[in-house]
Amino acid sequence: MTVMDPTLEEVKKRAEEREVLLDLENVSLSFGGVKAITNISFNIKKGEIRAIIGPNGAGKTSMLNVINGFYQPQEGVITFNGEKRRSMKPHLAVSQGIARTFQNVALFKGMSTLDNIMAGRATRMKQNLFWQMLYWGPAQREEIEHRKKVEEIIDFLEIQHIRRTPVGTLPYGLQKRVELARALAMEPELLLLDEPMAGMNLEEKEDMSRFILDVNDQLGTTIALIEHDMGVVMDLSDRVVVLDYGRKIADGVPEEVQSNPEVIDAYLGVSH
Amino acid sequence: MQVPPSAGMDTFPQLLIRNAREWGDRPAYREKDLGIWQSWTWREVLGEVRKLSLGLKSLGCKEGDKVAVIGANRPHLYWVFAAVQALGGIPIPVYSDSVAEEIGYVLGHAEVRFAVVEDQEQVDKLLEMSEKLPLLEHIIYEDPKGLRDYDHTSLHRYLSVQEAGQTLLDNDEKLADDWFDAVNAGKSEDVAVILYTSGTTGRPKGVMLTFNNLVVAVQNANKFDNLDENADTVAYLPMAWVGDHVFSYAQCLTAGYCVNCPEGPETVSIDRKEIAPTYMFAPPRVFEGMLTHITVRMEDAGKMKKKLFDYFLAYANQVGERILNGEKVSLFERMKYAVGEFCVYGPLKNEMGFSRVRVAYTAGEAIGPEIFKFYRSIGLNLKQLYGQTESSVFITSQPDGQIYADTVGVPMPDVEVKIAESGEVMYRSPGAFLGYYKNDEATKDTKTEDGWVHTGDAGMFLENGHLKIIDRAKDVGKLTDGSMFAPKYIENKLKFFPNIKEAVTFGNERDYVCAFVNIDLVAVGNWAERNNIAYASYQELAAHPDVYKTIQSHVDQVNKDLSEEPMMAGAQIKRFLVLHKELDPDDGELTRTQKVRRNFVADRYAPLIEAFYAGETSKHVVTEVTFEDGRQGTIEATVEIRDMDTHSTKAMSAIGEAAE
Repeated sequence: MTVMDPTLEEVKKRAEEREVLLDLENVSLSFGGVKAITNISFNIKKGEIRAIIGPNGAGKTSMLNVINGFYQPQEGVITFNGEKRRSMKPHLAVSQGIARTFQNVALFKGMSTLDNIMAGRATRMKQNLFWQMLYWGPAQREEIEHRKKVEEIIDFLEIQHIRRTPVGTLPYGLQKRVELARALAMEPELLLLDEPMAGMNLEEKEDMSRFILDVNDQLGTTIALIEHDMGVVMDLSDRVVVLDYGRKIADGVPEEVQSNPEVIDAYLGVSH
Repeated sequence: MQVPPSAGMDTFPQLLIRNAREWGDRPAYREKDLGIWQSWTWREVLGEVRKLSLGLKSLGCKEGDKVAVIGANRPHLYWVFAAVQALGGIPIPVYSDSVAEEIGYVLGHAEVRFAVVEDQEQVDKLLEMSEKLPLLEHIIYEDPKGLRDYDHTSLHRYLSVQEAGQTLLDNDEKLADDWFDAVNAGKSEDVAVILYTSGTTGRPKGVMLTFNNLVVAVQNANKFDNLDENADTVAYLPMAWVGDHVFSYAQCLTAGYCVNCPEGPETVSIDRKEIAPTYMFAPPRVFEGMLTHITVRMEDAGKMKKKLFDYFLAYANQVGERILNGEKVSLFERMKYAVGEFCVYGPLKNEMGFSRVRVAYTAGEAIGPEIFKFYRSIGLNLKQLYGQTESSVFITSQPDGQIYADTVGVPMPDVEVKIAESGEVMYRSPGAFLGYYKNDEATKDTKTEDGWVHTGDAGMFLENGHLKIIDRAKDVGKLTDGSMFAPKYIENKLKFFPNIKEAVTFGNERDYVCAFVNIDLVAVGNWAERNNIAYASYQELAAHPDVYKTIQSHVDQVNKDLSEEPMMAGAQIKRFLVLHKELDPDDGELTRTQKVRRNFVADRYAPLIEAFYAGETSKHVVTEVTFEDGRQGTIEATVEIRDMDTHSTKAMSAIGEAAE
């Protein structure tokens, strides 16, 4: 029952067969005179784990911000699920099925794990504030339904023991996991993870890797991830796009990217 | 479902049928899942067990087959015991935190054909060992997470095995009766279960217990503590350990009470609080841990609360135990205690999940007298018992009202106990095991022809008829000057200090006694935080001069205590060190039940022991460690060794003689 490592051709073939979920065409973003992203095109396919890597300041986080509508690119077209758009608001991105976590944990620190994850379901609740406050009839039924979903996520990410703990008091690794849980509560089609393993120790990284693979495999969620730990990137991702100074310098399966001379230069540094 | 009218009460499946008939609608097992307590009545459990049993049968499980059960405490895994026993098979629970090789050894030795496991983690371990386990045919897993893409030719989901059983039932009306007939054909002298002892020395041995062993021992225990179908317990100790097998399976089926399974190992304390069990068992370290936790939290409490807490705890110390023992206590004292109960003891017990406890047991290790007294003084009926896997747990136990911190009580009904000439405790009881599986030699060494079993523990009877255990018989040695050296006895005294988590002493055939100490990271870490002491690791904190100073004062106190006991006074600790790493089962230093493997530790840290007796004051050591992911690494440190003054025994023994 051993799982054979697929050959490079097989990996490529599998990637090609997949349907495109998100397509970026010639996207450029600048702040005044600073060009954050220059004419970048790449796509994310359904069901894959897509890594975005690059040295500091390469424009990775800006890229995620463009994808989830936080930044409006000056040029280029973004197609998500067949719908073209250039500008939209983050909450619209959420309702279209794009969720994300942040580089620096952005949870409600005084609230419990459970409440934080419940907050992730806010956009899916239909009852208005008044009925929710009364907690009666349809509002009650709705809340119970959402709570069930949240409990499934808690079970999935194995955080039962901190259900009632205020997240501010939790260790960093667990906070990151709660943030992932909150993003999952939106039941996204595309999940953007901004450095999910930054500042973690080896054990926490292993746990997080396991959960990312599980999310991708069991829930079928497409994942775009920014990560600096190359070991993690190469092990987890199906395809990698490499940015440097706002430009795309490589795109392909991990083995290809790893041996690309430009990527090696960008990481090891050459005189520009 | 039709529950047949009559069934014997010799085997656990037969008892299950009785329970389904007598208490069909009462809860038998509960489990917290998705944040809600799910429960199964006795009738439902019988249905689940029958489905599973027939499903296993359709996979080829038959009389005499061994079935391994590996996982955390889940109702579904407890049902496997009954399902296998109903087919005449023998279940073998295995420690779920064991590494693949350890599991492989047990499964290979026991010639296991089926394994029912909890999740992917256990499946992976078994697949890793599959080449060495040619007899293992089917693996059945409970939680499908992560297992979707596995090859399912010999891998089955628990639910689908049950469904297969249900389909068979639906298609053949006679099958249900046949199954009940097969259950009724079970005999009390059949082997019910094989429990592998974790073993402080050598390979684990498979202890065969018959239905008769377990049922009789457990019925006596139920009578002893008046346990009936109204009790509630929480199952959280390893399923492979005899204690859990008895408390969460044998006793539960015999008395008909309800077993509650927590969500996971980390939620036990939360879940215990919600359930508030009436009958509970915990090894001393759990009680120690809870007390440490409370003490640490009270340090952070407001002034008023802290004062109230201290005042009433001091008061409880005076009268609490007398009230619990039913002694004469004045009305005023009772009233004041009641106020304390309302303000402090009640909330405290509620916090720990003890509000409804009628009987709580601790065993496995000696418990600190202070800790023991603390719990009893706040009104928790905590008692000690003495037992082992080979005796189906119960050898001696403390009857209500006759509780002494340093004894393990009087022999249980039907149990005979004697002290051999060598000082070893021996017993003869209906619970005494049949033998070790495939190891007649060890059986002969342990069990005499006329049924007396060697416990391997040195002990003595006190004047009040209570048994006192001193140490493992083979560990008791002598110093070169001839004075008795009982390492465990000294180590326990050290471990009673909250700052000390583990201690290992050496001295057999040496000139004096030396000790390794492991600090308790919770207690000492908290102290460090309060005193603005920064540390990055266990190693760094352990080597801190102030920590050394504290530990030194504890060692001194132990020496003082020892000097007051004529038999032990010669074995005071002359030199000690605080070890640079925590003793860990992954490194083989502790057993899976957290007991120190003395000889292994002695070999591993031989340079440190040499340094003890060579008189060195510090020693540089490099130690190999196994990380949690199985990788190997090394840590190195320079460990400081400190000398201690010993206390003279004369003054004290003179008083002792005068008192006698």
